[in-house]
Amino acid sequence: MIFFFQMLINGIVVGSIYGLVALGFVLIYRASGALNLANGEFVIFGPYICLMLMTALQVPFLVALLITLIFSAILGLAVERIVVRPLQNAPVISVIMATIGLSSLLAGAVHMIWGHSTKTFPPVFPQTPLNIGGIIVTPVYLWSFIVVLVLLIIFSIFFKYSKIGLAIRAVADDQQAASSMGMSVKFVYAATWTIAAIVAAIGGVLIGNINGVNPTMASIGLTVLPVVILGGLDSVIGAIIGGFAIGILQNMAGGYLDPLVGGGLKDVVPFIIVLLILMLRPHGLFGSRGIERV
Amino acid sequence: MRNLVVRDCGKYKTSYKDDMKLFKTTGDKVKWLALILLILALPLFVSNYWIGLFTLCAISAIGAIGLNILTGFTGQISIGVGAFLGVGGYTTAILTSTYGLSFWVSLPIAGIVTAFVGGVFGIPALRLKGLYLAIATLAAQVIILFVISRWDSVTGGTAGMVLSRPAIGDFLLSTNTSYYYLSIVILLVTVLYAVNLLRTRVGRAFLAVRDRDIAAQIMGINLFYYKVLAFIVSSFFVGIAGALLAHYTMIVSPELYNTHVSIQYLAMVLIGGLGSVFGSILGAVFITLLPVGLSAIIDFLTVFMPEMYQLLSAFKEFVFGIVIILFLIFEPGGLAHIWLNMKKYFKLWPFSY
Repeated sequence: MIFFFQMLINGIVVGSIYGLVALGFVLIYRASGALNLANGEFVIFGPYICLMLMTALQVPFLVALLITLIFSAILGLAVERIVVRPLQNAPVISVIMATIGLSSLLAGAVHMIWGHSTKTFPPVFPQTPLNIGGIIVTPVYLWSFIVVLVLLIIFSIFFKYSKIGLAIRAVADDQQAASSMGMSVKFVYAATWTIAAIVAAIGGVLIGNINGVNPTMASIGLTVLPVVILGGLDSVIGAIIGGFAIGILQNMAGGYLDPLVGGGLKDVVPFIIVLLILMLRPHGLFGSRGIERV
Repeated sequence: MRNLVVRDCGKYKTSYKDDMKLFKTTGDKVKWLALILLILALPLFVSNYWIGLFTLCAISAIGAIGLNILTGFTGQISIGVGAFLGVGGYTTAILTSTYGLSFWVSLPIAGIVTAFVGGVFGIPALRLKGLYLAIATLAAQVIILFVISRWDSVTGGTAGMVLSRPAIGDFLLSTNTSYYYLSIVILLVTVLYAVNLLRTRVGRAFLAVRDRDIAAQIMGINLFYYKVLAFIVSSFFVGIAGALLAHYTMIVSPELYNTHVSIQYLAMVLIGGLGSVFGSILGAVFITLLPVGLSAIIDFLTVFMPEMYQLLSAFKEFVFGIVIILFLIFEPGGLAHIWLNMKKYFKLWPFSY
């Protein structure tokens, strides 16, 4: 039973980070209808910059995090301006391929600047594990869970009440109508890509604190795909619930089934779920069903 | 039309048969014949190393044409080509190495098995399109590779399997040149098939599905049949390419067929030109030779900056990304479109209007 709860807790923590990264994904899909396959590379850029500031320049963590977020915002803006905007009216495959190209480009840049080796964060959070009724929880896990929850609340408020948040939702809903009401679609696009990059960077810094920073972290960009498919590509709440679901399922499968097949299930189970979801309910749990007209 | 230098200078066709001719003029025939002769004579002029590279280009071109039938003709995006190559490669590896079958039997079987697997994973295409289909094929890729790397008793697990080169009677195709000829012959057959496919009912149905699938359905095209058929035909060629590649490198292992390979094939099709057979070949050559060119540049740079060598793989990735993005933004029609523009320019020169 303890093992079960341990797996559950691990799943929830990992899932909360998935939810956060998936949020960036969903934002971009809602605003521009593009699938950002370079999300994984957005995720690894943040922790590398943060780590470099902390180790090379001895900047305290919070300041480093702030500077990292500014860098990520610039990255998101640049990507939107240089890659996404020229392809605004291009077919789906071009946009997918452009983000794939972008991911290759960014991955290459990360390898060239920081190399392939794993780097560990200097301890930011307290190290002594907490023991809650026999279940061991490292403070990093607890903190990432709290941070993610706080961020999700901030984002829901942001979308509900702030002017930019409303504009983003309006453009996502109907681009033409929003633009005729005087909202700048270009500005909204830029804002979504910036927010997505920032969210990805925060997720990256959290994962970096848990597992250390290395280029293979970018694979989270692919792991998050099942999350958004499960939750529905255009649903914010779906991204969050999907994140928890995939995180828990992944850890359960890893914990209970891996010994039977010889490992590696953690990476495959989400994709098996994807195929099932796509066959049964292509728009996901919370996504909106599209109606197609000729 | 007996004049060899005469060229198509307008649309003067009086029947559908004329319009659909493979070779519009005698000049066309001569041109293609000369090109094929040049390709066949290539081993006489270039070194063994280059023949090896051209063999790889030819094999990639077969796979790229296969993918183009699916993505370019029928408009179904697939990010799972890598795994389908793997299915082809592993099928022939198991048949020849474990069961001792001849290469000539196992090659078509590899194609058929891959076609079957492709068809099965193509079934979701009926309900999915665009982004969703791309993710479904990505899932197929991950699942197929997982099965391959865990099914130790049949596939040899992560260690992979060893293959031998095919033989005709007693003659073993062990040299690069002999394998080059084999690949070229299969490539020519593939090209001929793909070009002719476009002239048939099936090919036109594919194009209709690509342009607007619901409209096509209203016109009486069975969407399920043609979408799955596109997956089957495409996967067949990808499987053949996988089998050829496996016998060329003489090894199969799961990491040779990862997502990166799928992306490379998609890049070939996109950079070459969606829906263009000739473009697929150009794209395959371009993507296969790109790392070679970059290595040459890095080699040149190491003279000045010795530490550059460690950056090689990262630099390749970086440039690969840039090339894809630049093509998408500035030349969405791909290399095939550039080639057409060049031809047009010289045709009209010096009166370009």
